[in-house]
Amino acid sequence: MSKGILLKSSLAALLLSGGVLSAEAEVIKIGYIDPLSGPFGSTGDAGVKHFRYAADEINAAGGMGGMQVEVVAFDNKINPKESLVQLQKAIDQGVRFIAQGNGSSVANALTDAIAKHNKRNPGEEVLFLNYAAVDPALTNKKCNYWHFRFDAHVDMKMAGLTDWLRDQKDIKSAYILAQDYSYGRAFTAAAKSMIEEKRPDIKIVGAELHPIGKVKDFTPYVQKMMSAKADVVFTGNWGTDMTLLVKAANASGHTVPYLTFYGGGLGAPTAMGQSAVGLVKQITEFHENIEASEKQMARVDDFEKTNSLDYYYERVFTLMNMLDKAVDAVGSVDVPKVAAELEGMTYETPYGEVTMRADDHQLMQPLYISTFSEGVARDVENTGYGFKTDITIPAVATETPTTCRMRRPS
Amino acid sequence: METVVFALLNGLIYGLLLFMLSSGLTLIFSMMGVLNMAHASFYMLGAYFAFTLGQHTGFWFALFLAPICVGAAGACVEKWGLRKVHARGHVAELLFTFGLAYVIEELVKIIWGKFAVAYEIPPELNYSLFELFGSQYPAYRIFMLAVSIAMLAGLWYLLKRTRVGLIIQASLTHPHMVSHLGHNVPRIFMLVFAAGCALAGLAGVIGGNYLVTEPSMAFSIGPIVFVVVVVGGMGSLEGAFIASLLIGFLQTFAISIDSNFAEIFSFAGLSADGDIGRITIASLAPMLPFLLLVLMLMLRPRGLMGEREF
Repeated sequence: MSKGILLKSSLAALLLSGGVLSAEAEVIKIGYIDPLSGPFGSTGDAGVKHFRYAADEINAAGGMGGMQVEVVAFDNKINPKESLVQLQKAIDQGVRFIAQGNGSSVANALTDAIAKHNKRNPGEEVLFLNYAAVDPALTNKKCNYWHFRFDAHVDMKMAGLTDWLRDQKDIKSAYILAQDYSYGRAFTAAAKSMIEEKRPDIKIVGAELHPIGKVKDFTPYVQKMMSAKADVVFTGNWGTDMTLLVKAANASGHTVPYLTFYGGGLGAPTAMGQSAVGLVKQITEFHENIEASEKQMARVDDFEKTNSLDYYYERVFTLMNMLDKAVDAVGSVDVPKVAAELEGMTYETPYGEVTMRADDHQLMQPLYISTFSEGVARDVENTGYGFKTDITIPAVATETPTTCRMRRPS
Repeated sequence: METVVFALLNGLIYGLLLFMLSSGLTLIFSMMGVLNMAHASFYMLGAYFAFTLGQHTGFWFALFLAPICVGAAGACVEKWGLRKVHARGHVAELLFTFGLAYVIEELVKIIWGKFAVAYEIPPELNYSLFELFGSQYPAYRIFMLAVSIAMLAGLWYLLKRTRVGLIIQASLTHPHMVSHLGHNVPRIFMLVFAAGCALAGLAGVIGGNYLVTEPSMAFSIGPIVFVVVVVGGMGSLEGAFIASLLIGFLQTFAISIDSNFAEIFSFAGLSADGDIGRITIASLAPMLPFLLLVLMLMLRPRGLMGEREF
């Protein structure tokens, strides 16, 4: 009898300790699906470093809802088909949160696949946290409950840039250059319609789409802009396409303002140098010369020291901390509940309050238009040049109407 | 008019850069029958070596030193790598160079980082030489023109007018005969491989700061170089020269044309809003070299000036 009790209790203790062990070992996996090789490999690599840094911060502060966070990287070679393979791989490894940003074509494929997966596998839902794919369709026509976007989309950023254009009376003509895929086409369409609306007197002297990641020398494109006598260039280019474009513009002596989304990031400033000073402008949620708390500046410094890489994606920290807040509130990785928590959530970033709009899951955050300048407090990529704010656009002013009709799971 | 002039000038520069890259490849290809998949990686090494050496010695010494270093690296690869693989046939060689390309890319990432390095045009050449139709023409591009033409002339003289060239040409077609005559054919192979790599390195030195020096530069230019070699014809320097310029002109001209399919084929009733009608000639530019490759292999498999078929 006593032997039986002993056996039972030791068995129970064994089970219990096993249970404790598994609770301790429970890890929240964030599947990062982005290019880690090829022409855009460096961009994807910078992204994952921001995610890992943010995860370390959260883990040091006790994790998400008491669970440790781990960022698992998957290389999709910026190919939508490959991304779906990687998505399946991630789901098989128990990943419930997918982060992706580079390439709206990839984001479009992922959001469809995730919606389908969630419909077929109730209880095993996956959440799509989009930190940089800015095709407006993702939170409009194609919006779905499982997708959350933490970057301002094309129409929001274009609204900011064209507001700046409204007051530039000496600009009479504009040229639009973008990469030929869903994002580039959205960029061109937004630029055309908003310039027409805000400055009907400006003539659009050219709108060009070029193949993404294939052009080595942009000089012919720049020459086309020059012979078209463009006073300003709108470009949505990013990564190598941005760097090479700026380089060609420099060499040809094309000294007109370049209005960009990604002129400040990941290799472009190194290529720009002196001749881009005062001309290249960007619209972003962050640059290093925005006034912020000492704590934030210490984070920026520490990030740059540990990764020898410029701090660029403030929105990755916003994303991770909002997810942290949602998981903390739910207390577990119950994905539909976490999604419900994220909907309409407000969060105080070092640069002001942001809101995840419930209607379409689009984050509303303050945006800054800034110019590549000399003599700034903090430079980018050790060039000696950095960005200086021209205009601050409060979060409310960036809102654009949405056509999304959100269908929530019952 | 100004469109034509600019397209000609830009096409010429791009074409000559391609020629510098492909001349080495076509030599190696025709001698050893190896499609050196890692050729563009030596181009990348040239750019990175010039960047690092240039910080110590300045650009002008790096212009000579970097290709020599790349050539030495090429010689090592041939002597201790390729020569051993050579005995196992062409497929093994192809796989070897394919792997090598990835190894070099990863090494570059480890040593110099994953991002573009600040390899800049030397200040002595960083000014605009003349102004044409309101657009500046940088002196550096004329310098590139001069270097590549000097290289073409030197190579032509070496191969066609010297005894060394005679032996190399003979080894191309009759390696056994040349070896019976007492020449060390494996050593000739090594030297040609090294020289080919050095030429790619030279292209890297002057192309790296004209374009951008980053780890993916090899993979982005690699395919085009193969097109040049095939279109020009195996082992033909003249062919490679013509093919490079042809591709350079083709791409820059296509970009400067504004019309789309709807305008060209308006007689067929294509509308500018349709999926086919809205395709512009400019957007076809990057595809044209590969279209040329496919057509060339279908219609004239030995290329423009080649003597052998593939």
